Amino acid sequence: MRTLRNLFAVRGRQLPVPVSPGDPVAEARGLRVSLGGRPVLDSIDLTAHAGEVLALVGPNGAGKSTLLAALAADLPPEDGEVRVCGRPVTDWSAAELALRRAVLPQSAALSFPFPVQDVVRMGRAPWAGTDRADEDDPAVRTAMAATEVTRFAARPFSALSGGERARVALARVLAQRAPLLLLDEPTAALDLRHQELVLRICRERAAAGDAVVVVLHDLGLAAAYADRAAVLHDGRIAVAGPPGEVFTSALLSGVYRQPVEVFPHPRTGVPLVVPERAS
Amino acid sequence: MTTAHEASARPAVPPARRSTAVTLTAGLLAALLLCCLLSAGLGAYSIPLGDVLASAQHRIGLGGHALDRVGESVLWNVRLPRVVLALLVGASLGCAGALMQGVFGNPLAEPGVIGISAGAAVGAVASIALGLTFLGNWTITVCAFAAGLLTVLLVYALSRSGGRTEVVTLILTGIAVNAFAGALIGLFIFFADNAQITQITFWQLGSLAQATWPKVLAVLPCAVLGLALAPFYARKLDLLALGERPARHLGVDVERLRMVLVLVVALLTAAAVAVAGIISFVGLLVPHLLRMANGPGHRFLVPGSALGGALVLVAGDLAARTVADPAELPLGVLTALFGSPFFFWLLRRTRRKQGGWA
Repeated sequence: MRTLRNLFAVRGRQLPVPVSPGDPVAEARGLRVSLGGRPVLDSIDLTAHAGEVLALVGPNGAGKSTLLAALAADLPPEDGEVRVCGRPVTDWSAAELALRRAVLPQSAALSFPFPVQDVVRMGRAPWAGTDRADEDDPAVRTAMAATEVTRFAARPFSALSGGERARVALARVLAQRAPLLLLDEPTAALDLRHQELVLRICRERAAAGDAVVVVLHDLGLAAAYADRAAVLHDGRIAVAGPPGEVFTSALLSGVYRQPVEVFPHPRTGVPLVVPERAS
Repeated sequence: MTTAHEASARPAVPPARRSTAVTLTAGLLAALLLCCLLSAGLGAYSIPLGDVLASAQHRIGLGGHALDRVGESVLWNVRLPRVVLALLVGASLGCAGALMQGVFGNPLAEPGVIGISAGAAVGAVASIALGLTFLGNWTITVCAFAAGLLTVLLVYALSRSGGRTEVVTLILTGIAVNAFAGALIGLFIFFADNAQITQITFWQLGSLAQATWPKVLAVLPCAVLGLALAPFYARKLDLLALGERPARHLGVDVERLRMVLVLVVALLTAAAVAVAGIISFVGLLVPHLLRMANGPGHRFLVPGSALGGALVLVAGDLAARTVADPAELPLGVLTALFGSPFFFWLLRRTRRKQGGWA
């Protein structure tokens, strides 16, 4: 009977309090995660602060997506803990966590052909019944304009190309207006212009006071847009810090098992990462 | 962000979509009412429409007049329980189909196709064959519910991997479950006596012929509870279309949602199966047509499918009893006759969209 009552219970929610720049929004402490008995992450210590873009980079299988999933409270840690907005993630209910962090999955799927605007509006679901439900319409419209998907607002999601779907998924995540954004390879399916667009959006959100954690494969993008980058290698953080300091050819060549050259852009000074190629 | 610009916010749902929903609801309601009246009047003993209305008015004390003794008895003890039963069963089947497709994230999920109905039928047949009467009138319904619940849980556990349900896995699981349920039903028939066999056989064909008020009462609690709970989960079902993890990221307690909906589906399926046997494809056809007409949003789809299911079953039952007059076609045979080709078409279309199965 008690399980039945729990099943139908309506639970109270604690609304998020505003964070000020520099506050830790997401923290991993001594984090260890195993998948199918195999350790994927070990002794991870990482903090995402309000107002910064934190890039997670590293070779395939280094544990970037797993770390993001652990920060999103999708995967239970074997050891250590993950805190979001000052509390262990396990202390928040699903509804409360949804007011605090938004997650962009690696691939966007949809079981039924909802039109694009309905998909973006799904991002507003956590706010239903709160005062900020008034923001629904502007939030949806701003997010769609920012990701340039307004043009096909009425089209069904299933009729879009891969890159368009990725942008719609991002618009949904932006519409959620959570202080912590966890983006898993948001640029993977995008063309050059839209890659830049997405990273500019990340910067804008950070400037507005959110913490943005983004998994990237393109080291050039990470160097140009991230405040800090954490380089993952075999489930551990090899090094973390401003890209200009941590992106060295010695480190990256070792981590990626591919000789690379790192040199400053002639005009901006931002590090460029290029694989060594026989000319 | 300009506040003036934001003040002229677009409505939550585009007006076109909302008006379609309103028109559809009104249309379905009108058609349903018409079919109910026709079904109450038509048959071996014909009662003119005016008399049906007059007698109904008389009963609720708004004027009108009573019919002669035979007419009154046919209308209130034969026709109306049948119409009400068709309403309940149809609404349950349509709603269960819509919910199930939402939970599985798969447009081909339907209680009949994936074996939930057959599972519930095992419970019902068992209670007939074993002569169980521990809960009186409600015994068959309760047994159907228990067996149906067990089957939903089983199918759910078997057909999911990595948080998704592949079409192939789902259909193959359905075949396995249907086969096993068929075997169990066969076993019970083997051990049943002749009178029970006759009862089981007729019940299995899917028919509302033995409708009485006690039967209506036997399924009313299950059906009403299920139908009342279902719409509350419509919004969450929308989010579940994104996948389990994204739904959780948007604040849906996915485990809880799933358990509640599995319970509701079992309630609805049990209600339908306990009185009417296995009537398949209603839960497939109705939500699908409504999705084509008004998009996949569950806030319309769930109650709309209940309404549409009721309409299909009242109309189907009317047809079943009048086309081959004076004989009566089993309703389940009729729905399967029209439903199977539709299912086939849906399979083809899904396959084409996915570019093959494997």
